[in-house]
Amino acid sequence: MTYLLQQTVNALNLGSIYALVAIGLTIVYGILRLINFAHGDMMTLGAYVALAALSALVLPVWSALLFAMIVAGAIGVIIERLAYRPLRGSREVAMLITSLAISSLIQNSATMALTAQPRPLRLPAELTRRVEWAGLTIAPIDGVILLLSIALMALLSLFVKYTTIGIAMRACSERVQTAHLMGVNVNRVIAVAFGVSAALAGVAGVLWSGKFGLVDPFTGFVPGLKAFVAAVIGGVGSIPGAMVGGYLLGFAEVFFVAFAPPALSGYRDAFVFVLLLAILLVRPAGLFGLEEGRRA
Amino acid sequence: MRPVYGWLALGLGAALVVLAEYRLNDYYQRVLAVVAINVILAVSLSLTNGFSGDVSLGHAAFMAIGAYASALLTMPASMKLLALPDLPAWLARLELPFALALLVGGALAALAAFVVGIPVLRLRGHYLSVATLGLMVIVQVVALNWQTVTRGARGLNGLPALTSLLWAYGWMLVSVIIIWRLVRSPFGRAMLAVREDELAAACRGVRVFPTRMLAFVVGAFFAGTAGALWAHLITAIAPASFSFFITFNVVAMVVIGGAGSITGAVLGGVLMTLLPEWLRGVETSLAVGGRPLYGLSQIVIALLMLLVMIFRPQGLLGGRELSDLLRRREPLPAAESEGA
Repeated sequence: MTYLLQQTVNALNLGSIYALVAIGLTIVYGILRLINFAHGDMMTLGAYVALAALSALVLPVWSALLFAMIVAGAIGVIIERLAYRPLRGSREVAMLITSLAISSLIQNSATMALTAQPRPLRLPAELTRRVEWAGLTIAPIDGVILLLSIALMALLSLFVKYTTIGIAMRACSERVQTAHLMGVNVNRVIAVAFGVSAALAGVAGVLWSGKFGLVDPFTGFVPGLKAFVAAVIGGVGSIPGAMVGGYLLGFAEVFFVAFAPPALSGYRDAFVFVLLLAILLVRPAGLFGLEEGRRA
Repeated sequence: MRPVYGWLALGLGAALVVLAEYRLNDYYQRVLAVVAINVILAVSLSLTNGFSGDVSLGHAAFMAIGAYASALLTMPASMKLLALPDLPAWLARLELPFALALLVGGALAALAAFVVGIPVLRLRGHYLSVATLGLMVIVQVVALNWQTVTRGARGLNGLPALTSLLWAYGWMLVSVIIIWRLVRSPFGRAMLAVREDELAAACRGVRVFPTRMLAFVVGAFFAGTAGALWAHLITAIAPASFSFFITFNVVAMVVIGGAGSITGAVLGGVLMTLLPEWLRGVETSLAVGGRPLYGLSQIVIALLMLLVMIFRPQGLLGGRELSDLLRRREPLPAAESEGA
């Protein structure tokens, strides 16, 4: 029973991070039909910014988080302006390839400037110290990850529901051309979407690296890819879907490791992508996704 | 081109390869062999990424499958007994000639592509990109964990060095000709039609799913054989050899050379092998503060790709082939036209 509870805590943690990253993927996909392969690298970026803020600037943790969020968001906006906007109106494939190039650019710039050596990202000890509580081994950071993620998701939901730009964002993901005709400033909406998406990934990156204690130039690659699986589970393009998908994936992954024979636990990452193939075979539109024309 | 010139070019090429085989030092021979392997990779990737319009990111995975499979088939039985004592008996005894191992490696890669293609190729093109990257992760994880067959992270080494220049260029020629014929056949036209407008193609009677599948599976087959050639050139393979970095470079070859042109893919393969090779020298010589600038060559490739996407999305050749250039003929439509 305790074992089950412990695994649930782990799953909630992992799921929260997947959800944060998946939301960002889904927002951008909803508007531009772009699978942003550089999204995971925004996590890496966030983690490095937090590392710099904590070690060089000696900021407190909460401001390091905020700092990582702002910097990642700003870089997201800049990348959109420089690399994606010139491609507006060309094929979807062009943006996909551009996102691959940006991913490689970020990974290799980090390698060149900081070496591929993993660096320790040390959060203050009061956050990471493990304590025994009701038979569970947990650290305060577990609670922080869960609460912060839920708070951010709630904020985002309010943002897209009630603010003008949020409503415009939803309009654009219905249909960009029509939104444009209705007087929505599409360029601004897309810039905001990239900013929000990268900021969320930035925070997720800090949480991820904070939990595992390390950051290297490729930190975000696999979680970024897995977040896409989460988005597919929920239905790509749907924000609530990304949240649910994130948690479902978190649970699936953790429970696979916890309950599959130990010999198979090394196959954790493979399990996630086999799951992706299975879902695409059975229900490609995901839980909340609309049945989409096969290829526009 | 009159056929005579074709035969002349072939003869001249063969003579040059033989000359290189006997005259050049090991380093240049290896670079030249890698050029040929990369041309195979680029041309096979251009089937999906250039002609049928799906962006596959699975080339590292297919190479890995081809490399491991062929390595297990060519390793001498005595060596397998030492390095891989727990191999199933039939595999431990099996020793195949290189040509057969190459084909088996390619066939297994094609099979993997088929399995991935079934769920994914009925959906929008994007899903293929993610699923093939997922396949890369799956293959890496399996290679890392399936100790009895792959030796895990240690990888397989001491493979027989069977990839001579003649093998590399001979197989490159075979691949390019087969893919060229495929692209110029009714299947190739169907691929272009699917790329340009899937709905319109379907209305005209093109069977969309089999067409996309054919491009994907044939591309994977040749990627598998390229992996086999590569394994027997380097003579050591490990799970880490087949990373995203490989896939990315092959995608860059196709994008920069010109998606939708075999000549472009060949050109991209040659350029994108020699340029990074040269830049690697620069990386180590341009050390800042005593530290080599690792990653520089990849940064240059990524920037080059960004610039190509913005300023010349059709790539260097833009759908034109060598024969179009010689005859000043109208090319097939380039892959990156406006609209969509």
